[in-house]
Amino acid sequence: MTGTMVKGLTNAQIAWRAAQDIADGAYVNLGIGFPEMVARYQPPGRQAIFHTENGVLDFGEAPPAGQEDWDLINAGKKAITLKPGAAIFHHADSFAMVRGGHLDVAILGAYQVAETGDLANWRVGSKGVPAVGGAMDLVHGAKRVAVITDHVTRDGQPKLVDRCTFPLTGVACVTRVYTSHAVVDIAEGRFVLREKLPGQSLEDLQAMTGARLHLDGPLTDLTVPELAE
Amino acid sequence: MDKTIATPAAAVEGIADGASVMIGGFGGSGAPIELIHALIDRFRATGSPGGLTVINNNAGNGRIGIAAMIDAGMVAKMICSFPRSSDPRAFTERYLAGGIALELVPQGTLAERIRAAGAGIPAFYTPTSFGTELAEGKPVAEFDGRMYVQERWLKADVALVKAETADRHGNLTYRLAARNFNPLMCMAAARTVVQASRVVAAGGIDPELVVTPGIFVDAVVEVREPQQEEALIRAGVGYA
Repeated sequence: MTGTMVKGLTNAQIAWRAAQDIADGAYVNLGIGFPEMVARYQPPGRQAIFHTENGVLDFGEAPPAGQEDWDLINAGKKAITLKPGAAIFHHADSFAMVRGGHLDVAILGAYQVAETGDLANWRVGSKGVPAVGGAMDLVHGAKRVAVITDHVTRDGQPKLVDRCTFPLTGVACVTRVYTSHAVVDIAEGRFVLREKLPGQSLEDLQAMTGARLHLDGPLTDLTVPELAE
Repeated sequence: MDKTIATPAAAVEGIADGASVMIGGFGGSGAPIELIHALIDRFRATGSPGGLTVINNNAGNGRIGIAAMIDAGMVAKMICSFPRSSDPRAFTERYLAGGIALELVPQGTLAERIRAAGAGIPAFYTPTSFGTELAEGKPVAEFDGRMYVQERWLKADVALVKAETADRHGNLTYRLAARNFNPLMCMAAARTVVQASRVVAAGGIDPELVVTPGIFVDAVVEVREPQQEEALIRAGVGYA
């Protein structure tokens, strides 16, 4: 990497930024792990309804330790609670909500995202035990499929690329990427830069990115509050 | 009509070597532990049934349930979406040693294949997995400008299911998110065996609240205060 690294956003800050784009009353699926953090940062006055693949709509926070009911879990097998107005259903109905275009937003993690909208987020090679879960279903059907991710890997390799080299989860499915350094839309097979960190030059951001960043419409500062992790 | 059977052991008697067995649950939620353990007991006592194909979302956790079936050497193949868990040793070690086969199916496709089997639909098209390695070798087709992958129904010889309340006709309700794959599997197996925490007389479940109609159920065994897989794992319990 030739680019000068500006200190990027923390995971909490990336999640916060993604949460600002979720409308009140939206039906949302958050991928297991890092994307689950998005639920913490809903703007005041807005309340999304969260879906989990194993058959619950409108679940809430984890119960206090010791009060878990292990028949009430999310897709990550963590204990959850039900909010007033929650619904429980079987797996075929749950994935009808996913593929049938009923969810407003799915927010997922990524190993790589390509400028074509291709996503790789389920395995990095052919070794070990493969496990896909609901990843390949979630990338199809939601009205918006967004990714939250660091802009580069730990060893500085771009995660936004021209073509994914890891096994694909889905083809041409991602519409927006929130990274540690930028907000990037994917439109007509190209990355369109919408927001970048103040203080970072376009040249440096481009150098951290594995495909051309296009400008189309306004480019604004990516500003996020300080947040505890 | 009375579909009740006295014990889990009697409920799993007919399952043959080489059978395909759907097992309900998602992780520990909705896993019919007593039926699974009754099947393991039978295998340990008689050497049968072995060579099973097990269909579940996962591939066992810890040393109980499906993991204990794998440890016992009863399982030849897993069909699942996510063969990982907090303690996946049973499957992982056997898989990496070449001792168990794996058919990996995306979770929504797994659910729909099971539903399709129960509904008499031999194949369907889904956008899921198009362009990925899990679609290799499968027919694809374009509908209204998008590409889809053909998937086939998934049937089984037997389904082992956990319900909350059953009546003697086999009508079922489920507890919280323990519903998951259970209603689908009831529809897709040639024989469906249910363990229920409570068995009531016909009429004991409000017909408007029945989740699985009894037509999909062949046998019901009452298991009061059933064990919960996740709770057992957290307590460090194994079934050996």
